[in-house]
Amino acid sequence: MVDNLQEFLRESQEGLDQLAQEIVNLEQNPRDDHTLGSVLRIVHSIKGASGLLGFANLERITHSAENVLGKLRGGVLDLDEAVASVLLEVADAIRDQLELIALHGTDRGDHDALIRHLDDMSNENSDLYPVSQEPAPMEPESVNSPAAGTYADDAAAVGTGDEGDQGDQGDEGDEGDEDDEAPVIMELDEEMKEVLKDFLQESCENLDRVDSELIELEEQPDNRELLSSIFRSMHTIKGTCGFFGFDKLEKLTHVGENLLVKLRDGEFSMTEDIATGLLAMVDAVRAMLLEISEHGHDGRKRYTRLIDALSELKDHGEMKNVELPDPDTASPPDQPCPAAPATDMATEEVSAIAVKASAGSARGPDVDPALAEKIEVPLNPADPQPVAVTSAVSSMPAQDNSDPAADKSTTSVTEASIRVDVPVLDSLMNLVGELVLARNQIVEYVGAHENTQVVAAAQRLNLITSELQEGVMQTRMQPIHSVWAKLPRVVRDLSRACGKQIRVEMEGKSTELDKSLIEAMKDPITHLVRNSVDHGIESPEQRLAAGKPAEGVLLLRAFHEGGQVHIEISDDGAGIRADRIKEKAIANGVLSIEQASKMSSQEICKMIFLPGLSTAEAVTNISGRGVGMDVVKTNIEKISGAIDVDTELGRGTVFKIRVPLTLAIVPALIVSAGHQRFAIPQVNLIELIRIDEDDQANAIEYIHGCPVHRLRGQLLPLVYLHEELKLGMPQPGALNIVVLQADKCRFGLVVDQINDTQEIVVKPLAEALKSIPVFAGATIMGDGRVALILDTLGIGQRARVMSEHPERAVSLQVAGAAEKVGLSETLLLVSTRSNGRLAIPLNQVARLEQFELTRTEMAGDTQVVQYRGQILPLVELSDFLRERRAGYDVEQSVPELIQVVVFGEEGRQVGLVVKEIIDVVDEVLEIRGKASRAGVLGTAAIHGQVTELFDVSAFLTSVADLIVELGEAA
Amino acid sequence: MSHTEPQQYCTFYLDRYYFGIEVETVQEIIRYQEITPVALAPSVVKGLINLRGQIVTAVDLRALLELPERADGEVPMNIVVRTPLGAFSLLADRIGDVLELADDSFEPPPDNLSGMAGELIQRAYKLDNALLLTMAISKVVSADVLNRHLEAA
Repeated sequence: MVDNLQEFLRESQEGLDQLAQEIVNLEQNPRDDHTLGSVLRIVHSIKGASGLLGFANLERITHSAENVLGKLRGGVLDLDEAVASVLLEVADAIRDQLELIALHGTDRGDHDALIRHLDDMSNENSDLYPVSQEPAPMEPESVNSPAAGTYADDAAAVGTGDEGDQGDQGDEGDEGDEDDEAPVIMELDEEMKEVLKDFLQESCENLDRVDSELIELEEQPDNRELLSSIFRSMHTIKGTCGFFGFDKLEKLTHVGENLLVKLRDGEFSMTEDIATGLLAMVDAVRAMLLEISEHGHDGRKRYTRLIDALSELKDHGEMKNVELPDPDTASPPDQPCPAAPATDMATEEVSAIAVKASAGSARGPDVDPALAEKIEVPLNPADPQPVAVTSAVSSMPAQDNSDPAADKSTTSVTEASIRVDVPVLDSLMNLVGELVLARNQIVEYVGAHENTQVVAAAQRLNLITSELQEGVMQTRMQPIHSVWAKLPRVVRDLSRACGKQIRVEMEGKSTELDKSLIEAMKDPITHLVRNSVDHGIESPEQRLAAGKPAEGVLLLRAFHEGGQVHIEISDDGAGIRADRIKEKAIANGVLSIEQASKMSSQEICKMIFLPGLSTAEAVTNISGRGVGMDVVKTNIEKISGAIDVDTELGRGTVFKIRVPLTLAIVPALIVSAGHQRFAIPQVNLIELIRIDEDDQANAIEYIHGCPVHRLRGQLLPLVYLHEELKLGMPQPGALNIVVLQADKCRFGLVVDQINDTQEIVVKPLAEALKSIPVFAGATIMGDGRVALILDTLGIGQRARVMSEHPERAVSLQVAGAAEKVGLSETLLLVSTRSNGRLAIPLNQVARLEQFELTRTEMAGDTQVVQYRGQILPLVELSDFLRERRAGYDVEQSVPELIQVVVFGEEGRQVGLVVKEIIDVVDEVLEIRGKASRAGVLGTAAIHGQVTELFDVSAFLTSVADLIVELGEAA
Repeated sequence: MSHTEPQQYCTFYLDRYYFGIEVETVQEIIRYQEITPVALAPSVVKGLINLRGQIVTAVDLRALLELPERADGEVPMNIVVRTPLGAFSLLADRIGDVLELADDSFEPPPDNLSGMAGELIQRAYKLDNALLLTMAISKVVSADVLNRHLEAA
């Protein structure tokens, strides 16, 4: 309720500010139907919401004001100074009430005089006005409240009748029958377009919310908050469409609303049937809104069957209700209903409440006496006839749900948000992009400058630009929830169709990403979710047979990491059967039998993204995945994203999507080759390797003329950028390798120089150049020159280095390892026999020692050394890492002295023999790459060199036996 | 032949020929700018220019019209044109005047004009002291025409 209340206050406050202004405008231009319409709408929204939230006073004021406005609109009443001041008084009264609500949570306050004045005003002319009976001033709520219950048709006629009449004319005008229309109406139509647009937009948002709320409600039928929120959304739509004269839409929403009233009043609780009916209504409303936005009227379809079905649902509830109203669910005290359904039901209500009250008092003396009061409040509008009740009401102002949170000042929430057109944001984003480029230029130019003032100004510009960039990006950010909101509905419908039980869970709903990306993510995510429901999660019987709970779980996760948004869609279903995919792939000729036998099942599962397999019906039926997966992948790659799948047979499947935060400005690595600079988007960047000239002969090997580098035991194909781009000969000297990954293709790109990282603005290339696959676009560098952006995938394809074994080592367990260590750590840098660099956290190291090789002895097959009166087992680092002894011959080059890193406590120590102790450094560890082998946590760049992080705990675990054994022996 | 509306042409020189393009398509004329070559691009595409933050593709008209290459040290001028395909910079040797040609003193190019020239040159205006050859700019910068030189890259 707190959220609802806050939202109500915020919206009302906004409306109110507009209201005062519009009334003034109206006074100056009384014939302006557009303004009048806007005033009416604001008042009506406040009325509806206040009725729902149980602010009876506020509702009465707005209701009476609405009547007056109706007269104005009908031309029965003329807007003169007196009327205008009364209306302004209304605005003030509403403001008073809102402040009271914000401060105290109630709308106490005496505005009877004003109300009477208003009612007099509208009644004076009521006989002139051909509207069905106006409500009596003393019981407005019961007739015209949003929850008009079984007053159904009367309420529609009264509450929105006058508006509806007007709207009908407008509707006809929309349909083109101008000839018999008064010109005023036409003008109104013209001017109402803006209001209509807002209405459509708002309603669509509301419907999306209702969709997901209904699903939630089905699961927790007792959630009043949800129900109220749904109710309110539907009521707003109903009210406004009545006002516009979309009578078919109104009729439908009205029936739906009646059904909701029953639910809210607890006459019966949410069932599957009702949920289905309501969801069908939401769909119908959405269809009508679409019709309105396209053709200006609410279509020819009357949805009579749906309306009948809904009425039946409603009636069904009524019958039940007459039999036995459940005292526990009828009119719960925390939710006052401003209007009870029907007068003839009031007695039922009273008895129900009596039961409740007696039950309450029976429970003991500690029952809050306010309970009784609160119960009477909902009764108040129900039937004013019982004397006791009416008197109670008049003597006691309406109690509402005074939520403790509502007590705190809420003025701060007002005017907290505004609506902005997306094109405005788009152009703003473009401008910021240009500014970033200009900033880069200035910063570069100033770098060589002596004048400190200029430098200071440039630095300031630099900072402000960065902040501005961030700010503008933020305006375009939307929570991923806007995509997810409709998924529970999708899952619900689909799982019922498949006869499955599936629960949707969401984590990180508020994770934000750029609006354009959100749009682009919609289809792929929906598709993946569908797939998981359809093929991933098994039927309840199968699940039970497999020892899993009957209800499957579909988990949606989103989080930020490394400047990217990660989205995971996981199910706890059957997983993907790699063997089936393999069979299919071999049958389709995608794989040779030999190739297939070498592939891990993870690698095979990744083949579901291949187009050749995705369309194969057999695979989808058996293995469960694949329809349109290549489309999903293509769509995600279109927005520079990547998708991956992890699956475990019988345990489930996880689809992992990574997308950049925004498309317009991307971080990139700048490299040069052949005196040209190129930008490589960091999305594709894995790590950087530098090979000194002296080591090149060893480090680069050739397979049939193709250069490869042995990177931690794996062959990395090398691509020379010079050759691919025909740039002439590479520079002699050290070799710089940029390890890139795109799609299935991982390779090392050899460039002359690695410069730095920069934020770049991607600019498209001319049509004629788009056929060159190696460039993704161009950007402008700090010095004003143009640099081309390399397309990793394009280069890989051009060089034909499509690796068969991408990310071989990325397994689930490694993914779980800590990927980021934010704090600065003191690290010991050592080298391995194959000249790899390894970092060991110094705080886990006991000592560094140096032993003469001759001092070492053998104990069993373990090398040991006597050290401080104990036997210290020695473990060769390369052995632990199972490293190939590249370039190291045991006989020849055994060093005289061995360097040992000692771990562990006194008496239980172990020595790690390394080739060389390089340095001790203080670094903030940011692990870039995934671990490529056991015993390593990951890779990081330390002092510009790629360094692996030694996994101390894994090491100690692996040698634990050794320590114990030798410890006992000693 | 009917009397045509006077049409202004931006004129320029290439090798020993005198060319013109419709002045409305010309955005501006700038001095030589540093050009970033685009590897693997058609040979007529000299590269990319940064025009106040806008990236413009530079097309060498000499290469396009199969004229001999510019002598070393000769710096071309950029004629920046706006087309539905985006902004392009046409590299020309020298820039001439803007001429208003209203008369009917033009003829279609002779049929025996070979290669690209025959395709791109629309009209030959018979001026007092020279022939002005006019080109259709949309054709000059079309991907189809530019990519015809791709294999030469």
